[in-house]
Amino acid sequence: MDSALIPKGVERCPLGRFLVFIAVVGAVLLWGVVAMFLIYIKGLNQTNMNNAYGFALWIWADLAVIALGGGAFFTGLLRYIIGKDELKNIINYAVLIGFVCYSSALLILAIDVGQPLRAWFIFWHANVHSMLTEVAFCLTCYFIVLTIEYVPLMLENRQLQRVTFFRHLAHNMHGIMAVFAATGAFLSFFHQGSLGGVSGVLYGRPFGFRSGIGIWPWTFFLYTWSAAACGPCFTILVTRITEMATRKKLVKDNVIDLLAKIAGWMLLTYITAKIVDTVYWAAVTAPAMGFTLLDFYTNNPGSAYGLWILIAEVGICGVLPALMLVSASVRRNPRLLFLAVLLAVLGACLNRWVMILQMQAVPVLPFEKWFTYLPSWQEIATTILPVAYGIILIAFSYRYLPIFPQEPELNPLPEGGR
Amino acid sequence: MDQPKNKRYGMVIDLDKCTGCGACMVACMAENNIPFRDDDTDKLLSVSWMHVYRLSNGKPFPHAEECFLPRPCQHCEGEHGHSPCVSVCPATATDYDMHTGIVSQIYTRCFGCRYCMAACPYHVRQFNWWDPVWPEGMERALNPDVSVRMRGVVEKCSFCYSRYQTALNRAYLEGRRELSEEEYQTACTQACPAGAIVFGDLNNPAHRVHQIVKPDLAHGGRPRNPKVFRLLERLGTHPKVYYLTRRDWVRRAGDNEIQKT
Repeated sequence: MDSALIPKGVERCPLGRFLVFIAVVGAVLLWGVVAMFLIYIKGLNQTNMNNAYGFALWIWADLAVIALGGGAFFTGLLRYIIGKDELKNIINYAVLIGFVCYSSALLILAIDVGQPLRAWFIFWHANVHSMLTEVAFCLTCYFIVLTIEYVPLMLENRQLQRVTFFRHLAHNMHGIMAVFAATGAFLSFFHQGSLGGVSGVLYGRPFGFRSGIGIWPWTFFLYTWSAAACGPCFTILVTRITEMATRKKLVKDNVIDLLAKIAGWMLLTYITAKIVDTVYWAAVTAPAMGFTLLDFYTNNPGSAYGLWILIAEVGICGVLPALMLVSASVRRNPRLLFLAVLLAVLGACLNRWVMILQMQAVPVLPFEKWFTYLPSWQEIATTILPVAYGIILIAFSYRYLPIFPQEPELNPLPEGGR
Repeated sequence: MDQPKNKRYGMVIDLDKCTGCGACMVACMAENNIPFRDDDTDKLLSVSWMHVYRLSNGKPFPHAEECFLPRPCQHCEGEHGHSPCVSVCPATATDYDMHTGIVSQIYTRCFGCRYCMAACPYHVRQFNWWDPVWPEGMERALNPDVSVRMRGVVEKCSFCYSRYQTALNRAYLEGRRELSEEEYQTACTQACPAGAIVFGDLNNPAHRVHQIVKPDLAHGGRPRNPKVFRLLERLGTHPKVYYLTRRDWVRRAGDNEIQKT
């Protein structure tokens, strides 16, 4: 029924099956929307946050999706600025994933504030000393850039291409995409960094605080670095999941291999810097504030976090995937490659979890105990909401837009096909 | 008239005098129109600008001792007014007043991002998880000088700033620019039956708070009196709330740095 909208040279599942899939994911989306309205109407008392846990699941989700959405800016940088031409075969998908991640982040932020109608104050009464101000400005600007990058993809729909204006617009936008890729990389450097600075500047919170250069704590650079490393891993992971879901090969191995190799070296250098940062923080920064390393893990009554989380983040989800990804033989093995990118993605998520959730769990006053927090169903539903939205947007984009340029070549249609 | 000199309002709380009666908390709530709920047992969800902690030396009888530690906003000065919370607020909804040393909160500008709460190591910043609901008739007993806050914004102790404004207005009408020590006192100070709280200008040698603390103003107001300490001195937040005690274990309990050395 919708065959006129489906790109030429590719095959899609029957419309009925597609709609059933959308309905199932849409039900999850609806669950999130109900929770969202409940929060808007009744307020943040619908969450399990409290005065000790002012930042919780949403801020973690925000930081995590922005880190994982970093594949868009970094792949764009590699493709348009550094000139890695093979990546043109995955850049569309990287941009789409980035668009999903950043729009999700903005949606979560809009739910997270106590007075949503005043959210514009962050621009109007901006405090230039605040990391969140920089995050808000750069995030908004970069989302506009991602939209500009996504628009020509939408215009490549078969029916829209029949409109001369849209065809020329898409063509010309593709022509100047390097400008937006450079702008995106510039903006991403700052907002990824500022998100790292969110906890890094909190000198009242020795667990999160880091020394640094000038006004930028080390976490500023580490966050940008980890986003550049783990973002492409997420792009590869989602590409592989899409291939599994569609039972088709969509991107050639050499493209994935190149991106994985670059991500691997980024991850290896990032995790080396992260280890140096952790050692310096544990040996110098925290003791100077009156804390020992174990105060943040096991040295307090009711500790919710053990050293295992540090080992999991830096070792299992950091060093291990980095070593795997720089090895050509691992990259050639699809299962090991999948495991490596999955671990890298989990590592980025774990890092954001630690820097937001654990930071607030750690007692700072000597007579306080560890704080605990379990999200409410409304928080969980609104965090799953963007995932459902992302799946739906990706499903529609895959069905109706030529997202994967190599798909027709990798999946030739039988004689007499569309 | 001469321009008034910059003040550094601060407080010293004698922990050996405090009995933990809670009068300071009650006075604070009444003075500042602090909302409460039918069930306010979860203190992590309730609002109390002044919170009294109960500390124990952890020893068995007959050596067991307890201490009550009232904790208002510490009005941190940080470095050049960059208190932990002020520098992070993205909407400039909180401010460090260099003329008074008071950290303010602009409720109508706060949009409830709660970054300041994450930044404050003393947990003095609290969020209005609910809209305030006053018992029938109580709205007529609210303090008209203090605005009530709505759901979704952060609030905290202001050192009864409305009292400062009222006292200053009166002084201006009388042709003065300077306030005497007794003209501006916080509600908790006046309510404490044990006289454990002393409030005044740390910059003014004539004020009792200055005489007790003997602040080293060149070093962020560090106390020169060995019996006086501040919470988490090593963080460099330079709070303006000081604690006085003769008991070593209390001093250790209040500062993790002392605890470990």
